[in-house]
Amino acid sequence: MPVRPLRRPWRWGAGAVIIVVAALLARSIATNPRFEWSVAWDYVFSRQLAEGALMTLQLTVICMVIGVALGITLAIMRQSDLWLVRRAADLYVWFFRGTPVLVQIIFWFNLAALYPVIAVGVPGLEPWVTLDANTIITPMAAALLALGLNEAAYMSEIVRAGLLSVDDGQREAAQSLGMSRARIMRRIVLPQAMRVIIPPTGNETIGMLKTTALVSVVAVADLLYVTQTIYSQTFQTIPLLIAASIWYITLTTILSIGQARLEKRYSRGAHEVDTTPWTHRVRISLARFHAPVPRRLS
Amino acid sequence: MNVHTPLILAEGVYKRFGRTEVLRGIDLAVAPGEVCCIIGPSGSGKSTLLRCVNHLEKIQAGRIWVDGQMVGYADHGDHLQELPDREVQRRRAQIGMVFQRFNLFPHMTALENVVEGPIGVSRRPRAEAEEHARWLLERVGLAEKANAYPRHLSGGQQQRVAIARALAMRPRAMLFDEPTSALDPELVGEVLTVMKALAAEGMTMMVVTHEVSFAREVADTVVFMDEGQIVEHGPARDVIIDPQSPRTREFLTRVS
Repeated sequence: MPVRPLRRPWRWGAGAVIIVVAALLARSIATNPRFEWSVAWDYVFSRQLAEGALMTLQLTVICMVIGVALGITLAIMRQSDLWLVRRAADLYVWFFRGTPVLVQIIFWFNLAALYPVIAVGVPGLEPWVTLDANTIITPMAAALLALGLNEAAYMSEIVRAGLLSVDDGQREAAQSLGMSRARIMRRIVLPQAMRVIIPPTGNETIGMLKTTALVSVVAVADLLYVTQTIYSQTFQTIPLLIAASIWYITLTTILSIGQARLEKRYSRGAHEVDTTPWTHRVRISLARFHAPVPRRLS
Repeated sequence: MNVHTPLILAEGVYKRFGRTEVLRGIDLAVAPGEVCCIIGPSGSGKSTLLRCVNHLEKIQAGRIWVDGQMVGYADHGDHLQELPDREVQRRRAQIGMVFQRFNLFPHMTALENVVEGPIGVSRRPRAEAEEHARWLLERVGLAEKANAYPRHLSGGQQQRVAIARALAMRPRAMLFDEPTSALDPELVGEVLTVMKALAAEGMTMMVVTHEVSFAREVADTVVFMDEGQIVEHGPARDVIIDPQSPRTREFLTRVS
């Protein structure tokens, strides 16, 4: 006997609404002359914006390196046998998570007001080096300090979750081979923790790329600052913001692809690597969506 | 060292976790080449005793020697000095250990698991370590699995790789902590076969096990532990076939 699938008119209705809204939106974006698409497009390939994007990328990379390195250190400190070491790391995380990063950027930028002179040496003795805070805390230095130190607080939570995900038996097996603590961490625990650490770290990196826009307040020539500088003179605010957004979205897309690659690499030995191309995977999930109700009767 | 000096010697070993006494005065000697099986109900402290031998657990009183060297401490006459990490690690490297849940490193192939210790701890050249590792994998019957990751191996195969990994350090003694308890029944045999071969070659072994038949067949001596104490200790046949203590007798009727 033939089976007639259940009719689901609401699905078709919802689909139709989405298509209509999308079409209206697309028409408005394409036909509203005030978007000035040609201007936006020209600025995307301008030298200024490319340099701004490069600065944004540099900031992202350096701040993430600081954040990850310091984050791993903090995470290990939080597993210490010593109460004082654990509490020190907790305090750090509490402080940097508890204050807005924009405030931190402005604070570091104005460090010279607090410590006009920075001296390095043994307390009580003549300092070895004396530095003028105004010269060394450049806008760039303030940006790196603020974003890097702030990121470390978040990264330490991520790394800690990764370390806790590794079974204690792994440490014991490594210990029974006579491995040192440092080597166990480097060879056994961290590589396994990476599987848990990498996905959220990718999100952090993408978040960082966008958070770097905050440094425009202290006049670091990042993508947003460059964009603002231009439109404050030409008053082409919207097309320039669009041009900057095209850069941001391109860079985050590239980072997402890199993240997916890294995840695959660190899943080594952990589970089957899914080598299905993404186009195919999309088709599979679409097919599932369209699949008829399973036939029970026949 | 002559044959009569024990390779592993425990004297008055006492250990507690918080307020729970896990080991309450253990005296035990294992001669070179001896296979000593430790049996007993769960919670009797047998695994803890094994873990104390390579200082994975600290003891609160008593002493343990392996190959004439005190485990975890140095005797300074009037006091025991806790050893620095490096020294503890050096001594651990001379004792192989096999765990109930294998604990292979999942991000490394079988071969990489086996060479990790020799290369990273004993600083042997890679080529030499790999050659030795392949030979060991062949001995445990897994030559063709050298490049397989642990998750592609059965429990029995994983445990045999774990034995090869421990042997790669050329240990003086091997500790087995319930090596077959996590295995499906049909995979127990292949692991026991490897252990029998090892025993036949004269390896000194301490085996915590529930396999009474293995103990009867392979062990030289059997220790029955209960509530943190050694209840009975003697030649394997005596303890298993003709146990003197009622507690041993009761345990043996329950497990066999």
